[in-house]
Amino acid sequence: MDNYSAVIHDAELWQSVLRMLLVGAITVPATVLLALLFALLLDTARARFTRFTRLAIFLPYAVPGVIATLLWGFLYLPATSPIGGRHIDFFGTSMVDVSVANIAVWGAVGFNMVVMYTSLRGLPPEIHEAARIDGASELQIALRVKVPLICPAIAMCTLFTVLAALQLFNEPNTLQPLSNAISLTWVPLMKIYTDAFVDSDIHLAAATSIVFAVGILAVSLLVGRLAQTRWGAAGAVAKEQR
Amino acid sequence: MTIDSPARPAVSPVIATRTERPRRRGIAVLPTAVLLLGAVYCLVPTLWILIASTKSRSELFSTATYLPSFGSGLIDNIADLSSYDSGVFWHWMFNSFLYAGVGGLVATAVSAATGYALAKYQFRGRTLLFKTILAGVLLPQVVLAVPQYLLLARVGSTDSYPAVILPQLFNPYGIYLCRIYAAASVPDSLLDAGRMDGASEWRMFSAIGLRLMAPGLITVFLLQFIVIWNNFLLPFVMVTSDDKFPLTVGLYSLLRHGANQASLYSLVITGTLLSVIPVIALFLSLQRYWRIDLVTGGLK
Repeated sequence: MDNYSAVIHDAELWQSVLRMLLVGAITVPATVLLALLFALLLDTARARFTRFTRLAIFLPYAVPGVIATLLWGFLYLPATSPIGGRHIDFFGTSMVDVSVANIAVWGAVGFNMVVMYTSLRGLPPEIHEAARIDGASELQIALRVKVPLICPAIAMCTLFTVLAALQLFNEPNTLQPLSNAISLTWVPLMKIYTDAFVDSDIHLAAATSIVFAVGILAVSLLVGRLAQTRWGAAGAVAKEQR
Repeated sequence: MTIDSPARPAVSPVIATRTERPRRRGIAVLPTAVLLLGAVYCLVPTLWILIASTKSRSELFSTATYLPSFGSGLIDNIADLSSYDSGVFWHWMFNSFLYAGVGGLVATAVSAATGYALAKYQFRGRTLLFKTILAGVLLPQVVLAVPQYLLLARVGSTDSYPAVILPQLFNPYGIYLCRIYAAASVPDSLLDAGRMDGASEWRMFSAIGLRLMAPGLITVFLLQFIVIWNNFLLPFVMVTSDDKFPLTVGLYSLLRHGANQASLYSLVITGTLLSVIPVIALFLSLQRYWRIDLVTGGLK
């Protein structure tokens, strides 16, 4: 029990939780909205090069998180940066959250896009035709007709992205040797790792893991419930219309 | 549905007509432009690494970043990398294939059997079992990594190949997918017919179940292969000797050593490039087998 009270009173841990929430507040909306945008654009009848762009955007999914971080790490590094790292300090305290979030978004957009695009393709074409005959523009069809119909897919992507955001580890851990702004306990999982394998305090780490797992479970149940009540109705309507 | 639209084997006619929907004339400029922008965003890091790996150590910091160098940089870099620590890099590459290949195959077999059993047999506690497995999806890796490490340390098999493969054989998400897929693709009537003809339960699973589930199993295998290939935390925790590292951990350790030695940068860059190539190749060659609609659980 001492371990648990140590966990709760650990200021470093709470700081890392805050940090994680901050990064998550960037990655989750950015990933889901970008994925939705790309999916809707891919589904636009007159867009060109869709085969190429779809593959290109999906490709980062095949790149391991650590490798992706190495890739971006070199893009951020002042000495090698091709994107203006000499002028912008990507590893500075103010930018580092965005830098980490960017890597996570880069890796996740493609997968979510494909999930949403797949469910867009699953919609019966008559809906599209009917809306067009009623005089709706492509934009209106996309926002008013397609988005509500694929709500279940969007909800699932959101849940996945939230879960991934809570488990942020690879990106900051790999960037850590390159940046002074990332401490060894930057996010909760790094804290657990450091406790367990650097400071060899496996019991504290175990207690932290349990607290953290309970937290994640609570959050994911909450998100799941929200998704059901908010979007469950829309999903039911979509099913009826088929 | 596959990612690759022209070669889609089994899609319902509803979707097929959709593809054939006559395109209105003209190109929608804005959507196309935004999509291309997205593609550029996703490709730039890979492209840059490709260019940077062609440069020698001194060129890396002195020449224009987007101009490749046509000297012997790339070959030298690969040679340097191969000789680094007596060829440990290729060891890492081999290990990654071993972990992902063996782990992926066995995990797929386990998922197939479990999913099939959960979908096709009625037994006590079935729902409870399924829900328990599903809860496993939500458990973060690190939370599992600590007890897994302690467990394997107890039997004295950390820092070995099984230490990395064993914990990844049970994949709740794969089981979930297989259950959905078995329920949808293996008709009960076929199994009943098999039973009438006197086939054993095992025979029905291996001859009928597995065959009908094959397209879904490929997706499960690919997903698991990529998950293991990309896994960093588990081998990072389990393995301490560098000849057992997979690529992810190996390159990370290379970066760690080289963080203050700029001379190692070109090695890390070349290693990064070489490690991205196999997965991308696998991915592109198998893309027609991807059935992402499985992921959403939406089967037609």
